[in-house]
Amino acid sequence: MTEVIKKDHFKEGVKTTPFYAKQKEWDKVNTWHRWKEYTVPDVLDNVTVEYFAIRNSASIFDITPMSKYRIKGVDALNFMNRLLPRDMTKLKVGRVGYTIWCDDEGMVIDDGTVFRVAEDEYWLCAQERQMEILRRNAIGFDVEFAEITDDVAAISFQGPVTCKILKNAGFKEIETMKMFDLRFFDFPGGEIMISRSGYTGDLGYELWVKNDQAEAIWDHLFDAGKLYAMRPIGGQALEIARIEAGLLAADVEFSPANQTVRHGHAKSPYELGLGWLVKLDKGVAFNGRRALMKERENGSRYRFVKLDVEGNKPASNAYLFDSENGKNIGYVCSAAWAPTAKTNVALGFVDMPHGEVGDEIWAEIYYQKELKWKKRWAKGMVVKDPAWNPPRKTKTPPDDV
Amino acid sequence: MTKNYDVIIVGGGHNGLVCAAYLADAGKKVVVLEANDQVGGAAVTDTLTDGKKVSSCAQFLNQLNGSVEKDLNLASHGLKMAANNVPTIALNADGNHLTLTSTTASGANISADDAAAYTKFMRYMRDYASTLNFLMVSPPIDIFNPDFADKMTAIKLGWKLRFGLGAEKMSEFLRQVGMNIFDVLDDDFDHELLKGTLAFDGVLGTHAGPRSPGTVLTYLYRLASGDEGALDVPEGGMGAVSDAISAAATSAGADIKVSARVKNVNVENCKVVGVTLESGDVISAPVVVSNADPRTTVMSIVGPRHFEADFVKRIDNVRMRGTTAKLHIALKALPNFKGLSEDELSNRLVIAPTHKDMERAFNHVKYKEVSEHPMMEIAIPSIADPSLAADGHVLSATVQYAPYHLKGGWTDEAKNAFMDACIDRIAAYAPDIREQIEMAVLLTPVDLEASYGMAGGNWHHGELTLDQMLMLRPAPEASRYALPLDGMYICGAGAHPGGGVMGAAGKNAAEAILKGEAS
Repeated sequence: MTEVIKKDHFKEGVKTTPFYAKQKEWDKVNTWHRWKEYTVPDVLDNVTVEYFAIRNSASIFDITPMSKYRIKGVDALNFMNRLLPRDMTKLKVGRVGYTIWCDDEGMVIDDGTVFRVAEDEYWLCAQERQMEILRRNAIGFDVEFAEITDDVAAISFQGPVTCKILKNAGFKEIETMKMFDLRFFDFPGGEIMISRSGYTGDLGYELWVKNDQAEAIWDHLFDAGKLYAMRPIGGQALEIARIEAGLLAADVEFSPANQTVRHGHAKSPYELGLGWLVKLDKGVAFNGRRALMKERENGSRYRFVKLDVEGNKPASNAYLFDSENGKNIGYVCSAAWAPTAKTNVALGFVDMPHGEVGDEIWAEIYYQKELKWKKRWAKGMVVKDPAWNPPRKTKTPPDDV
Repeated sequence: MTKNYDVIIVGGGHNGLVCAAYLADAGKKVVVLEANDQVGGAAVTDTLTDGKKVSSCAQFLNQLNGSVEKDLNLASHGLKMAANNVPTIALNADGNHLTLTSTTASGANISADDAAAYTKFMRYMRDYASTLNFLMVSPPIDIFNPDFADKMTAIKLGWKLRFGLGAEKMSEFLRQVGMNIFDVLDDDFDHELLKGTLAFDGVLGTHAGPRSPGTVLTYLYRLASGDEGALDVPEGGMGAVSDAISAAATSAGADIKVSARVKNVNVENCKVVGVTLESGDVISAPVVVSNADPRTTVMSIVGPRHFEADFVKRIDNVRMRGTTAKLHIALKALPNFKGLSEDELSNRLVIAPTHKDMERAFNHVKYKEVSEHPMMEIAIPSIADPSLAADGHVLSATVQYAPYHLKGGWTDEAKNAFMDACIDRIAAYAPDIREQIEMAVLLTPVDLEASYGMAGGNWHHGELTLDQMLMLRPAPEASRYALPLDGMYICGAGAHPGGGVMGAAGKNAAEAILKGEAS
């Protein structure tokens, strides 16, 4: 495999995605940040309005900077089954799976989605760059792998009316797609891929197109969605939605194992509450298997908890205690007032054996009132389900709104 | 055909045989499967030409583990030495040679100061070596999960360094142990030939020149096992050592099969279940031990997909660059070496005029070339052991440097040219050698890999450098002989304590298997 690296790539400190110009048309606040090499909006207009587009109409979010890889070859299934702790024989062509992958110590490197686009071809979509991980995993396997991050433009199209808009846009039988289905559709310039997937805990789709189709698909969706208050959103609105939906973020809930310097600072799938993604007895020497078997036997160090916290002050960066002024047992990673679920959500970690569903946990919350720091104690309850998990997320066909 | 054993050993090198002997003695049903038509791996005696035999690779026995020799009672199985503790003669072109014993240096106009410095140097080196030698026989410390024995080993090492050596020697040891031997020799000596010869011993069998860091350690390594590095010559060649171990294994009840090349290790549900031979025969056992080098074991015999990726990457990265070639010559009669009697010719002869020359010879390897002026260790074992040559003699030379990856490849032309260069080199000391040559063979690292299965033609199944020793050999997850695959072990030189005809890896592996050690 040849990897062509542009000699002057380093001069281009910040790249723009193929949707940049389109997003700029909506930009009223000029608040952008760097996501990997790309510049992407934090917010384009107003966070609240953008958040409610996700929950009440249709939102469009540029996910081009996500790390995207194509893995192809006669050994593709064997390769994926060794890389991922899931039983990949169960993921059929035309299906997408949420997954994590680990190092040999059973610590999570990243989470992402895996797309089985053909019998011998997968796409892997991740938060962090994975080329080196794929390279070491490919030793001894008959596969080719390539980074397609810069070759595939992608948008996440989320909200209760997204199915309707896609139908209006002419994507036939889109309503028959089940959660985690993927299909190819004709579009000027070549087939595009649509998957029913997302990062909002809601009805939604992700669209994967060639760079030169990006503006066309954008315009096409907005034409079809004219009457549905659809709008592009920035990362801040998405962040609220994903916390409300109880979803993890790399570099927030866990430090990617291959970037973690201090021994013991990475986390295992069990510690992230993702044990359901690990199939220890699938009969494959997948990465982390031996360490995870030992962890099953000896117990984990932490437990991931979703907390319903009293009051309306987000427990951001709060320490967690077993009682008011009690023993420190953990910390919060992500917190937000969930506008639709109308609960005060915190995601965090507590030491085992704390944090069983129904346990009371206290948060020491610091907050500012016109620059003056204040502190309050808030009781929280460990809950089983995410604050936001509506039936419409998985309902097929979605309601014809 | 399906047969069942408790343990299958893939490869009948001397370590595989040692491992088999210990396991069989402990009551295990063991079979050794050797691909070649005789056991011994690289410790074999092969026919060179009619009536003449040579030790194919290793020629001096300097590291055989004492407890292995005793436990297996190798003497009762026919192991005899033709010569013990042979001195080294450093050849000088003018015939005024330098003779080195384990304590003294004489000849070649060596000054009294240098001779005294040599005696002191050797005393220090032996003291360092005897501080470390217990590490060579015990399994490496498990630093993540140390048991009582591991903790005792660590305490013992600390105690031996501080109170065994004493403050002054310990400080000197710590200064020197990571150094290159070139600088240490310059500190201690003026005599060029002496420095050349000691530098040679520091880099023999390694991908290193005397200026490479860690070459004091490789020098110590030679002394830290066996009988303080004393060089013995086994009667019947190195194959006799393997034959004696093989006899010990057989008498303990092990089955030994030759010409039985293993195609792959069979793995079911992440557990080893046996092996399939190239013949198609399947042999089952819950434990398989590989005597092959770690890379060949993981990458070919078992297959990378049966291991997790970080481990595979680590094994794939083990440095195994062979840079040593072997030259065998069948002689009609002994050549005349200037200034050496026939008796003296039975000693170990070294051509390494200065440590600077040695370093220059190494320079070529970095650029995938053979050394312009190769350095070598020569033995004419048929003098002390006439059984090796019915008439005439055999001469074997271990030659450096010959890279595994030669620019343009090891064509017949390249081989012949290097062989000529080596013979020319000998002819500088024995002008009539060409007249006595009946036939000659050169084994390059590529040939050594093909004949004895060692990847890269590296004699030690992995270069002996600090980062590939002890608990890092061949990788932390496999340093206690168990690989991270249930039922799979290694017992060869690629495991601690490493290469040389030592047998310690085989013994340690057997003990790990009997203890049920897992990665």
